[in-house]
Amino acid sequence: MIPIDYYLWLAAALFTIGVLGVLFRRNAIIIFMCIELMLNAVNLVMVAFSTYLNDAAGQVFVFFIMAVAAAEVAVGLAILIVMYRNTQTTDINVLNRLKW
Amino acid sequence: MVDIKLLIALVPIIPLIGFLLVSLNVKRFVPGVTSVIACGSVFASFVIALALFIILLTSPEGTQLEVTLFNWISAGGFSASFSFLVDPLSSLMLLIITGVGFLIHVYSIGYMHGDEGYNRFFSYLNLFVFFMLLLVMGSNYLLMFVGWEGVGLCSYLLIGFWFKNQDYNDAANKAFIMNRIGDLGLIIGVVLIFVNFGSLQYVDVFAKATSADSSVITLITVLLFIGAMGKSAQIPLYTWLPDAMAGPTPVSALIHAATMVTAGIYMVARNNVLYSLSPVALDLVLYTGLITALFAATIAIAQNDIKKVLAYSTVSQLGLMFVALGLGAYATGIFHMATHAFFKALLFLGAGSVIHALHHEQDIRKMGGLRKHLPITFLTFLIGVLAISGIPPFAGFFSKDEILASAFEHSYLVWGLAAFASLLTSFYMFRLLFLTFYGAPRAGEYAMSHIHESPYSITIPLIALAILSFAGGFMGVPEALGGSHWLSEFLSPVFAESASLIEHHHLDHATEYALMGTIVVLTFVMIGVAYAIYVSKQTIPAPEDAHLGVVHKTIYKKYFIDEIYQTIIVKPLYWLSHAFDIFIEKLGIDRIVNGLGGSVEEGSKTFRLLQSGSIGFYIFAMVIGIIVLLTLTVLI
Repeated sequence: MIPIDYYLWLAAALFTIGVLGVLFRRNAIIIFMCIELMLNAVNLVMVAFSTYLNDAAGQVFVFFIMAVAAAEVAVGLAILIVMYRNTQTTDINVLNRLKW
Repeated sequence: MVDIKLLIALVPIIPLIGFLLVSLNVKRFVPGVTSVIACGSVFASFVIALALFIILLTSPEGTQLEVTLFNWISAGGFSASFSFLVDPLSSLMLLIITGVGFLIHVYSIGYMHGDEGYNRFFSYLNLFVFFMLLLVMGSNYLLMFVGWEGVGLCSYLLIGFWFKNQDYNDAANKAFIMNRIGDLGLIIGVVLIFVNFGSLQYVDVFAKATSADSSVITLITVLLFIGAMGKSAQIPLYTWLPDAMAGPTPVSALIHAATMVTAGIYMVARNNVLYSLSPVALDLVLYTGLITALFAATIAIAQNDIKKVLAYSTVSQLGLMFVALGLGAYATGIFHMATHAFFKALLFLGAGSVIHALHHEQDIRKMGGLRKHLPITFLTFLIGVLAISGIPPFAGFFSKDEILASAFEHSYLVWGLAAFASLLTSFYMFRLLFLTFYGAPRAGEYAMSHIHESPYSITIPLIALAILSFAGGFMGVPEALGGSHWLSEFLSPVFAESASLIEHHHLDHATEYALMGTIVVLTFVMIGVAYAIYVSKQTIPAPEDAHLGVVHKTIYKKYFIDEIYQTIIVKPLYWLSHAFDIFIEKLGIDRIVNGLGGSVEEGSKTFRLLQSGSIGFYIFAMVIGIIVLLTLTVLI
């Protein structure tokens, strides 16, 4: 059996990649995908622990997170389309008018 | 048989209903409806009070009717019930309040006729009667206190009834503020009673009083007496009463002569057990009353406003009542209070009738010769003057004689001073009578040609009160004159415990005759002097701008007490308030508040720059924040 450490290191790497992507990329679609990456890193940890501790609750949570993520994608992509229609770009730094 | 408890509860409730009806329809009711409701409610109370009185008379001695309406306040160890007590003392007070009150209500119909505040006036009067009944009927200190404050409020409202005149408003404020000073003493006294006795019910407190520490009792009684000083206008808190004459005359008669100002007397008499346990407090009551009686009587001699003379006379008579209470002769004090309620209400109403006839002229220098024009007013006023001067067999003679007899038992000095005050009373009252009704008319021609006797609504109460002023004394005919002193018998259960605490040696009849004879003869001498000065010589008090001698001027200016208070209390208070305004309000509180507001505003101006609109920065800040939080959770 693969030790739990491997899963955790993989999840941490995925999560970090997600965070860095959100921080440094400017394309809204990529930021969006990075967020999904972070969610899936968390899912991975949950599934791993679920098996490791022999507790099904973790897997149930994963299903919930997947459902929420799907809903989020639907809304997020809709926002992206509207954004593109209005600005002809997906660069998030263009949307900077909401300030003091 | 009607339930007695219901009857007792109805006594104060009916005037309250009257007040609510009139005050909620101030704009709607025509004067006729208001008069019927206001007078009718007080009359109904009077009838019930009479029934209760008869029930008390026919029950065995020492009966007390007590009724608890509901449990009013209950918090922790503290509880106060809304309960009424009817014993001989409160029953007598009930009769005076509702009886004299009813007559004054009827009088007001004529006196206030055509006033634009007619309905308002009657609603206040009914509210006053309600609170006054609460004051005397309450069976605990808290309920008495509610009534005490309530009558103060009504007094304020009615003194400033004609609120378009700023002087009247000032007078109302003065009365209210001076009463507050006294009330502070009363509040502290009541709190001390609760702290020491654990209850505010009269019964519980009096039962525990004998075993309590005497210094505590002294403290409590002195504090309560400070309250009485304010309400009953004793030195040093009396100056509001003469100013209170700004109110309509029926108010002066009802509140500032017959009922409210006697609340202090009632309170001391109610707490007679406590006072009897504290000789110090009794002496304080005695000497305060004595000094006030003398002081106010001398001022009254030189006043020229018909109502001011009566006001100072009231202060002086209240002083005499306190003398009686201070001597431990509680029943005597209450007796004088009852007769005083009759004749002083009569005198005020008579004065009101004169003022009404002369179209609001109050200066006795502009009266004179009214005897023929106002025959009923004159006759009733004369009876009032005879009664207050103590001419037998009018009411004042018996009560005053009793006070003087008690004073004589105590010491010759107290007797001498009290007798002197009472002789001054007869002098200034006859001065008032002669200047108003005798001699040549000094009112303007227009006023004299329009003069007319007052309507029935005014004269009938006058006649009724005149009968009471004549006959009121017969409820306390002393044994020396072949009476049995019904009143003190009637009141004896209330003062029974005090009677065992204070020794009374009775004067023998010969001494009593001698005292009565001396006083009556001297009174006639005083009347003679007044007659010689004001009728034979036709002396008229000097006009306002005349040059007066030092003594005369001092008395005329009321010993400059108002000016002294103004200088040593009011002005420094204003000055202090001004200093507080500048240093604490403007430099302290304002600065703190404005500084707080300013710093928030400045801070917001700086911090809002963080809201840059750059999403990348927001996310960065968020991530940094989460990392910091996580680190902190791991570390701590």
